[in-house]
Amino acid sequence: MSAAHPHYTEEHQAFRQSLRRWVDREILPHVEAWEAARAFPRELYAKAAEIGLLGMGFPEAYGGVPMDPFHVIITCEELARAAAGGLSAGLMSHSIGLPPVAHLGSEALKARVIPPVLAGEKISALAVTEPSGGSDVANLRTTARRDGDHYVLNGQKTFITSGMRADFITCAVRTGGEGMGGISIVVVPGDAPGLARTPLEKMGWWCSDTATLYFDECRVPAENLVGEENMGFMGLMLNFNNERLALAANAWAFAKVAFEEALGWAKERVTFGRPLIQRQAIRHKLVDMQADLLATQAFLEAVAAKMKAGEQPIADICMLKNHAVACMEHCAGDAVQILGGAGYVQGAKAERIYRETKVIAIGGGASEIMKDLAARQLGW
Amino acid sequence: MKILVTVKRVTDYERKVKIKPDGSGFETEGMNFVPNPFDEIAVEEALRLTKEHGGDVVVVSIGPNDATQQIRQALAMGAQRGILVQAGELDSDAVARVLQKLVEKENPDLVLMGKQATDDDANQAGQLLAGYLGWPQATFASKTEGLESAEEKAQKPGVKVADGWASVAREADGGIETIKVQLPAVITTDLRLNHPRFASLPGIMKAKKKPIEEIPVASLGVDITPKVRVLKYEEPPARLAGVKVADVDELVNKLKNEAKVI
Ligand SMILES: Cc1cc2nc3c(=O)[nH]c(=O)nc-3n(C[C@H](O)[C@H](O)[C@H](O)COP(=O)(O)OP(=O)(O)OC[C@H]3O[C@@H](n4cnc5c(N)ncnc54)[C@H](O)[C@@H]3O)c2cc1C
Repeated sequence: MSAAHPHYTEEHQAFRQSLRRWVDREILPHVEAWEAARAFPRELYAKAAEIGLLGMGFPEAYGGVPMDPFHVIITCEELARAAAGGLSAGLMSHSIGLPPVAHLGSEALKARVIPPVLAGEKISALAVTEPSGGSDVANLRTTARRDGDHYVLNGQKTFITSGMRADFITCAVRTGGEGMGGISIVVVPGDAPGLARTPLEKMGWWCSDTATLYFDECRVPAENLVGEENMGFMGLMLNFNNERLALAANAWAFAKVAFEEALGWAKERVTFGRPLIQRQAIRHKLVDMQADLLATQAFLEAVAAKMKAGEQPIADICMLKNHAVACMEHCAGDAVQILGGAGYVQGAKAERIYRETKVIAIGGGASEIMKDLAARQLGW
Repeated sequence: MKILVTVKRVTDYERKVKIKPDGSGFETEGMNFVPNPFDEIAVEEALRLTKEHGGDVVVVSIGPNDATQQIRQALAMGAQRGILVQAGELDSDAVARVLQKLVEKENPDLVLMGKQATDDDANQAGQLLAGYLGWPQATFASKTEGLESAEEKAQKPGVKVADGWASVAREADGGIETIKVQLPAVITTDLRLNHPRFASLPGIMKAKKKPIEEIPVASLGVDITPKVRVLKYEEPPARLAGVKVADVDELVNKLKNEAKVI
């Protein structure tokens, strides 16, 4: 890409170059071991903080650094080279955990919570989904009742990324009546009395920790309330667009990694006396994948450009997320097929990416929900 | 303490360079350019030294206008300002003469340079510069404690500066020797001096606003007539396929009579 690219400036390119080398040195040599161990080391957060990865998009006053949606795309693309969605999700779990605090939190709360997370000293998670449902956020059941200068929480959260290790859990709770008007957000410290957590085993995202959280008369200082009581729903919605753009960028980036692995393999692998790439059945598959990738990239960059200009194109973002997930499913599926047995055994990037398609289709707004929302936004 | 550091724009060592069909140079189309890796080590060392002793790091590149990218990268790592001497391809001697002029203008306490650039691997500019300036030199600076040491983890400089002298551990054939040079001096850096930091996103944003002075080489009044004439670039001969030998006698015979190495 030249400096004259319509979306990527020289500073974007410099960031990409730096990040690429960081991934080469700090992640690629270790990622297989981390996947096998079902965890990456906590020290990685501090290392990510050093190059500015964790600060992206947060106010400079709290240790952040300004960014635009193209930094998000670059970050997803470069981290995706490790082909481990769990690493991207776990390392960046603060990108969903902190925004409600940054948007609505009191000065004191922001000053206490944001800087140590951006410095990689503390881990932040977002806890919205409950065993009784994730899509229907407005009907969540975990309660918080005021008791003196504390809130007392009762209920459960599940599928929470960084749930086991998080020091600050940005938690959606019911403080008022039914529906979205009764929801508040509180930051639950990892050592709050009455909080218990258990890890979950998953199809993919092995090296990220995912947990169920149990609140049993769990006491949280009242000053940990984010914004005003019963005004939390808005705080959750505010970051959905950014989260979904990042998920779309991830889906596209992982699709690209799977495609590149398959392309390399097709050029090398000889069957019946000729490389696979010379077979029509294979080269057509690869061209279809490439076309899908280019179309998704164009859509992604078009939406990112709108967001950079200050728009919030909600319908576009919903459709983009679904489109990128479909691209990932397509490319991961065909990549495994082209790799044959080598694509089914562990060690192939495509194998892992294939196992990690569903989580992007489900998390951050499942495909069905995205379609409903898009249709509503389009006024249908 | 004021340190002048050189950063040369070189072809990306991770990509294969292609020689032009007529052998007159390299194909630059589609090539990626990076700062010379040895120079990045020099920048890192300069940043650590100024952190410890205070002062400024000035980055110099001699090259095309696009070399501002490599200067910006050093500024993103933390250097304070840059100087681009706009010039075409110069040989080591001309580079040393240009740098001599800049040193006279800037008056640094120390010049830090990579021991060589990964494009032509000449390993001469630092030595020549010290010669022209009449300054002491310490080449191939390394770290006695090693790259896995606590000193390195704490980002301590390997070059120790005190009372106007620099003590430099340098890689020699038999191991590491430590020499002392009086400042101002020229020090060139080897691979095992430090792990250079990555340019951070905040660093990249700040670098945008740091000044880079552009100086056309002609305005310096330096004689840059090449002392080295490049006749032609050629690929090294392709490696031949190996052969299996039946026994040790045949091996010895081949080594003696065909390869002529014993
Ligand atoms: C690995 C992983 C990590 C996660 N990390 C987090 C996290 O950090 N924090 C957090 O809060 N959550 C997290 N989640 C939860 C995730 O956001 C939810 O799984 C998601 O929102 C869907 O909720 P659900 O699983 O309860 O499914 P449900 O809401 O029960 O939906 C089940 C299925 O029904 C469909 N469906 C639901 N309603 C409708 C409808 N009205 N019409 C048509 N179809 C419908 C859905 O699309 C889905 O296919 C994570 C999930 C996973 C798998």
